Amino acid sequence: MNQRLSGIAASNGIAIAKAFRLENPELIVKKTSISNSNAELKRFESALDQSKSELEKIKAQTAQQMNDEEAAIFSAHLLVLSDPELLGPITEKIKLENVNAEFALQETANMFIGLFESMDNDYMKERAADIRDVTKRVLAHLLGVSIQNPSMITDEVIIIAEDLTPSDTVQLNPQYVKGFITDIGGRTSHSAILARTLEIPAVVGAKTVMSSIQNGMIVIVDGLEGDIIVNPDQKTIASYEDKKARYEQQKSEWAKLKNEPTITSDGYHVELGANIGTPKDVAGVLEHGGEAIGLYRTEFLYMGRNQFPAEDEQVEAYASVLKQMNGKPTVVRTLDIGGDKELSYLKLPKEMNPFLGFRAIRLCLEMEEMFRTQLRALLRASIHGNLKIMFPMIATIEEFRQAKTLFLDEKAKLEKKNIAISKTIEVGIMVEIPSTAVMADIFAKEVDFFSIGTNDLIQYTMAADRMNERVSYLYQPFNPAILRLVKIVIDAAHKEGKWVGMCGEMAGDEIAIPILLGLGLDEFSMSASSILKARSQILKLSKKEMERHTETILSMSTSQEVETYVKKISVTE
Amino acid sequence: MIEKQYNITSAEGIHARPAAVLVGALAPYKSEITLEWNDKKVNLKSILGVMSLGVSSGASITISANGEDEEHAMAKVAEIMETQGIGN
Repeated sequence: MNQRLSGIAASNGIAIAKAFRLENPELIVKKTSISNSNAELKRFESALDQSKSELEKIKAQTAQQMNDEEAAIFSAHLLVLSDPELLGPITEKIKLENVNAEFALQETANMFIGLFESMDNDYMKERAADIRDVTKRVLAHLLGVSIQNPSMITDEVIIIAEDLTPSDTVQLNPQYVKGFITDIGGRTSHSAILARTLEIPAVVGAKTVMSSIQNGMIVIVDGLEGDIIVNPDQKTIASYEDKKARYEQQKSEWAKLKNEPTITSDGYHVELGANIGTPKDVAGVLEHGGEAIGLYRTEFLYMGRNQFPAEDEQVEAYASVLKQMNGKPTVVRTLDIGGDKELSYLKLPKEMNPFLGFRAIRLCLEMEEMFRTQLRALLRASIHGNLKIMFPMIATIEEFRQAKTLFLDEKAKLEKKNIAISKTIEVGIMVEIPSTAVMADIFAKEVDFFSIGTNDLIQYTMAADRMNERVSYLYQPFNPAILRLVKIVIDAAHKEGKWVGMCGEMAGDEIAIPILLGLGLDEFSMSASSILKARSQILKLSKKEMERHTETILSMSTSQEVETYVKKISVTE
Repeated sequence: MIEKQYNITSAEGIHARPAAVLVGALAPYKSEITLEWNDKKVNLKSILGVMSLGVSSGASITISANGEDEEHAMAKVAEIMETQGIGN
């Protein structure tokens, strides 16, 4: 009873339900000779028909629950199952070579899988996975093995899996799937992001759930803490039912704050924004009461394809975000690629220290044409809303000046052609390199705003690779060194009448929020799903009160001291 | 047999979505329909064939149809090329 496991908290909420193991059955294909090829062909056709009707159902369900774009993957799967180039050779093998359908299918499919896998292009390589996926479905029918379709679950369950593929995740019906736990994955893996979009509790990276949880066992998944309890006793269930009710009540109370401005108890207004990756994310921002977009990561436009996105395609994406935001501030970050984020069509040599290497603005300034295209697209989209542009990874004032010159140059060219451009575009920078934080007073005279990117600022200040688990103890958002840098930036900006935002994980953290408020941060940008919680916290805080604690906090020696202190004062106030 | 040349203007070439739309729409036709590019010819009714070709933006391709409904098939190709913004 009460076996406890833990993993990474990936999506908020608590669920208690029966475990449902989502397994990939092993399909073993043997080559056999058949005597009646017509009967074998019939068997193959019937497996095809069953697979197609399953895919039609999954497709319809995906279109209904998600959107047409996610459903399109299943249209492609259906086309593969009626592809003459695939079916022809299979039929021929069965008829002429008298082999069983399983073998004929696998051999033919493997030929195509090999063909796509050998292509020098990530997109094509992924198509091999699609062929494997559909082939598996037909094979399972031929072998009489049942293949699990998460979309066919009609009982309240918690999914237990090694990992969830994108096509598994899109099939999860939140009506029945109350939560999921996977052995691998992290907070930013596809399945974790999707869980947050669907708002179902999830714990990922739990390592041993597949080996310790059987079908039908009662499981509690606590997506707030990353805890899993297997076979809980009545008392534990009751206490989690209680926690769940409290969380849900809190959530509905937060929901009331959706259209409220974010004003502290002493009447000071701050702006709560969201970080997004694609135009599709805007709906969630508005739903969670976002007052702005503090970071639109444009890299997703450039990823998962063969070549740079065309200018018109970019205009369309930027304009879509701006229109949906309907005049609310929208900060777009120019391309931040390189380092750990690669583009297959941009053949960059491997580097010893990618985080310290050729990336972001460094790369954009060298690949000027690509950068100019993005700036033109942003300028052309600007009339649709309240656009602000920021450059990532600025280390020196020259880099900013160079980027700004290119921006002004493209602007002048478009104006000459009488193309309509917003007159109020602000141009700012990300502050994520300590040199820039230290020199903030110099930058503040030339930029329109700062946005502090804490994930990188912490990594660079502490000289600790955030991908390296052995030095993860150095990832300390509350280390006074970081807080002092943040103060330098905010003070310098305010002196010149400029505003400062923050767009790292820290901006949505309940310990960081009171400190940042005291330091005078103007805009907090976080995951959309954190906004209402942050708003509810800020409404209860007094800015003047927090300002009085600032000096004490900044003179502390360790991250731990700061954390303990803030916890204490936020409880008593 | 009818043959026609197209210039591919879609930024993504004939890859994911455009390929699926083309192939899906041509399935009902009886004619043999092919796509030729870079000296390689594939069956335009085969999603795997079309995708394996990886036609990129700016390519000049030849599409031909041969069979009883070849005219209708070619008209359909032209319609999809235009409405989906694939090429002209």
